[in-house]
Amino acid sequence: MSAHAQKWSFRITPVRVLMILIAALAAAIVVYRLIFGLGAVSNLNDQWPWGLWIGFDVLCGVALAGGGYGTALIVHILHIEKFSSIGRSAMLSSMLGYILVLIGLFLDIGQWFNFWRPFVSWGYHSVLFEVFWCVSLYTTVQVIEFGEIATERVGKKWHSFFKKILPVLLVIGVLLPTLHQSSLGGLYLTEVGKLHPIWWSPYIPVFFLMSSFFVGPAMVCVETALSGWAFKHKADLKVLRGLAKIGAVIMLLYTILKIVDFTSRDVWPYIFAGGLEGNMFLLEITLGVLIPLIIVFSPFGKTRKGLVTYGALTAIGLVINRLNVVITGMVNYYGPGYVPAWTEIVVTVGLVCGGILVYCFIVENFNIVQHDEESPA
Amino acid sequence: MSKGVLVDLTKCVGCGSCTVACKLWNKREFDKDSPAVGLNPQLDDQNWTTVSFNEVQKDGQPVWRFVKQQCLHCEHPACASACFAKAFQKTPEGPVIYYPHLCVGCRYCMLACPFDIPKFEWDKSFPLVTKCQMCSTKVAEGQAPACVSVCPTDVMTFGERDELLALAKKTIDSDNRYVKHIYGENEAGGTNWIYISDIPFEELGFRTDVTTRPIPEYSHDFLKYTPAVAISWGALLTGLYAYTKRRNKIAKEENKDVPM
Repeated sequence: MSAHAQKWSFRITPVRVLMILIAALAAAIVVYRLIFGLGAVSNLNDQWPWGLWIGFDVLCGVALAGGGYGTALIVHILHIEKFSSIGRSAMLSSMLGYILVLIGLFLDIGQWFNFWRPFVSWGYHSVLFEVFWCVSLYTTVQVIEFGEIATERVGKKWHSFFKKILPVLLVIGVLLPTLHQSSLGGLYLTEVGKLHPIWWSPYIPVFFLMSSFFVGPAMVCVETALSGWAFKHKADLKVLRGLAKIGAVIMLLYTILKIVDFTSRDVWPYIFAGGLEGNMFLLEITLGVLIPLIIVFSPFGKTRKGLVTYGALTAIGLVINRLNVVITGMVNYYGPGYVPAWTEIVVTVGLVCGGILVYCFIVENFNIVQHDEESPA
Repeated sequence: MSKGVLVDLTKCVGCGSCTVACKLWNKREFDKDSPAVGLNPQLDDQNWTTVSFNEVQKDGQPVWRFVKQQCLHCEHPACASACFAKAFQKTPEGPVIYYPHLCVGCRYCMLACPFDIPKFEWDKSFPLVTKCQMCSTKVAEGQAPACVSVCPTDVMTFGERDELLALAKKTIDSDNRYVKHIYGENEAGGTNWIYISDIPFEELGFRTDVTTRPIPEYSHDFLKYTPAVAISWGALLTGLYAYTKRRNKIAKEENKDVPM
């Protein structure tokens, strides 16, 4: 894209105005929270120390943003070139996702000005230590990776430098998420006897890793549909179908491992007992795994509509799964003492809105979609 | 050697002087809306120890039993293994100590603790985690914690953990009123505070389904793979990068397709 004499652009639409308003309200709550503390804006308490922000903003955010490392692996490490047309948009949304996760984490810690402490006080025996280091390093790596795209338009003299270091970054950028997607699940290993046996498993790190990988292609399907609608650009159907197939294979392995795990720990009775936990699990697995699997391997999965349905269901299933781990799975132990406050919900929605707005701005001003084609300036 | 406290619940009369001593020594505030003694007292950022009143059945008769609760100071503390900034540390003398200046306030310790001991200062702008420190400065000088030293009915015995375990065994074996279970001998891999009782522990609000395996081992079993996975996966990725790139280049040069 030749950028000379091109102005910065940002279309204003009614939807975007609404998103700006929500993001602004969220920002106001954030300021209030930073001054008056976590108790002032959240319904968290001594029984429920972790809630919506950890469950959605962090655990779901990291997994949904996992589309970046899966795509980077397929496009840049395995050099499967037919997928390269979606590489940039997948990695952009992943970078923004991780930045939102860091903001979410930052808001959730009590001593926010002390956030840097684990960089110098090494609690290396903690799974959270691995999460902290990997997420912060990976976000840094993604921002530097984005430098390659940014320098096509601003600070052009740096472009060749960014291009040169890209291979190293890409390898690190696939390595780090593999480690911390599993360690996010590993956090819950200490919840032995607390987290409901449907979700507590010695394999929970593997489940988190696999689901973060298969939700990647799903998110790419959803995001390309959304940006196709917003930017009048349609991703190649063959590309999406190929990606969805890769995701579905991991999904199938995930299902098999679940069956093995449930059988070895004798968990099946809980699932069909009809209680809150069993029903929420059935919802999670049916909506988020079984139906998407059926779609991918049926004629419906060959259509654009089918792939978007597959992607949306998989993503929703993942969100239900993470919230089940953080909230549903703990109700039996802690009791039903937590419902997110409206302020928590607004901040979460506001973060997502802010992310979408920044995504739109970058897509409109940098060469993200139609990367392979020579687009008229 | 590691110090501990043996609590004999049959001797407690529920006077609550231990909770007062705790507040005075540790400069915790009294809050009449959150009493440390009574039917359902809650541990919180001001109540580091509580005494709950429990009406239970003994030989068909209703009886009262009084249960002192505080941090159990695990042999292998889950909070310390969960903390990513070393804000919790186990001392050789027994106490598990919290260092506020290292704390980030992530509250993972609260989730990790099998006894739900760490509490958070929810109403503060810059809240910290709080919990019983076993009066570590007193213990370091060989003195008993504040709560132990004021008890009028000798409910608590302060000493070497293994000697206390032997004493507990001798007591429950020689007196058939006691249930044959020393709470804290094996729970979560063993705790420095141990309890004996004449009423089954689950009837007194104790969590009896705690794993006997030290909780840090669960994390270690996972984390021990990290270096190997990081190195081998990193090497594999680098190899794949170079190999597939070269293969594509050759394929382009020879102008023919290579099947994927």
